Amino acid sequence: MELTDVESEAIYLSLKVSFWAVLICLPLALPVSWLLARKEFIGKNILNGIIHLPLVLPPVVMGYLLLVSFGTNGFLGAYLKEWFGLTFVFSWRGAALAAAVVSFPLMVRTIRLSYEAMDRKLEAAAYTLGARPIRVFFTVTLPLIMPGVLAGCILAYARCLGEFGATVTFVSNIPGETRTIPIAIYNLVQQPDGDAMAGRLVLISLVLAMVALVGAEVLNKRLGKILNG
Amino acid sequence: MISIALEKVLGGINLNVDVELPNNGLTVFFGPSGSGKTSVVNLLAGLMTPDKGLIKIQDRVIFDSENRVSVPPYARRMGYIFQESRLFPHLTVNSNLRYGYRDGHQIRFDEVVELLGIGHLLKRRPHHLSGGEKQRVAIGRALLTNPDLLLMDEPLSALDELRKAEIIPFIKRVRDEFYTPIVYVTHSTHEVESLANTVVMMKNGAVTRFGEAADVMTDIKQAMMKEAV
Repeated sequence: MELTDVESEAIYLSLKVSFWAVLICLPLALPVSWLLARKEFIGKNILNGIIHLPLVLPPVVMGYLLLVSFGTNGFLGAYLKEWFGLTFVFSWRGAALAAAVVSFPLMVRTIRLSYEAMDRKLEAAAYTLGARPIRVFFTVTLPLIMPGVLAGCILAYARCLGEFGATVTFVSNIPGETRTIPIAIYNLVQQPDGDAMAGRLVLISLVLAMVALVGAEVLNKRLGKILNG
Repeated sequence: MISIALEKVLGGINLNVDVELPNNGLTVFFGPSGSGKTSVVNLLAGLMTPDKGLIKIQDRVIFDSENRVSVPPYARRMGYIFQESRLFPHLTVNSNLRYGYRDGHQIRFDEVVELLGIGHLLKRRPHHLSGGEKQRVAIGRALLTNPDLLLMDEPLSALDELRKAEIIPFIKRVRDEFYTPIVYVTHSTHEVESLANTVVMMKNGAVTRFGEAADVMTDIKQAMMKEAV
């Protein structure tokens, strides 16, 4: 099956947007899930609620909120443009941001679980061996929660590939810029004779999702071997 | 001299220990389970914080509630050998041993490996070691941090009789060939007899007897005889 330009454009864009979304999420999700798993503080429930909002809000609402805050005249968007020349509206960067926000809670939940499941006695042992907290985190904690981190990334990546509502509301539907696979499918279905072409993209979505899931399983097994002999 | 004065309210007991241990040889904290002896070791290592107290090794103050001194666990220079070996599962034996090891230490890597007979295990992961081998590696790992004090919390209790007999000579050699003082927690009279130079007997969080191993053991045996009669 040969890919058409429209298809390869949508696939490339989807992969790129999802990649960046996961890359934005990960460095934030690691400390946030650590806070939620390990610390008790005032406002913890509220923080937890805010993080999980994208999971329960209609994606269109998320898209609207992003537009209001990160749009060119939005309270964050205006500063980001002025200070860094960074714009999001009608750009693939906006699509990545929308995907990141929507998939963030999934990543946090998964990583938090592995923080909670790990044997903290090993951290105590590392302290008694003279390791400072930062070193303990990178040499003991992080390697031991790696399967969970990986699972979180895959889950988030898969969610990003499927992101539609927030993206289309926030950055619209621009070929080559914000028209990811789901949006391209929607676009084709709207056309009188687009069903067959949409079907091809649906098939591609299926393949991508399967590759991600199987790949995750294989990687997870390898990691398990490294961690437990 | 190692000065230990500790007070802490724990679940059911009030821990209150005030002893001066010799800065050499092996001191056993001996008593029934629930007497607070493991807590003493955790307080020394800094894994628990006393309500009040003073810990001093020679002139080095490690904890002093009056002057608000509390050296963090990673800077206490205390090697800790736990009941379960707590080796890092994702690292080889070699990397486990070197985790807290720095060049310029008095205690040399090769010397320790040779003394504990673990040279042939260096490339393996903890998962592939027997219980006795794990505990020998754990002893080596703690020793290689070149600690001011070695703490051993029932290091043999997870092993069967044969393995126990296998490890005891190694602990003796550590006691006799390195000048590091050892605090050793156990409830086994057999281990007291084969290893102790000094004994601190504990019951319900308090010290009931403190002295040279030979004297204390004779008393214990007489008491046991009387009870039997």
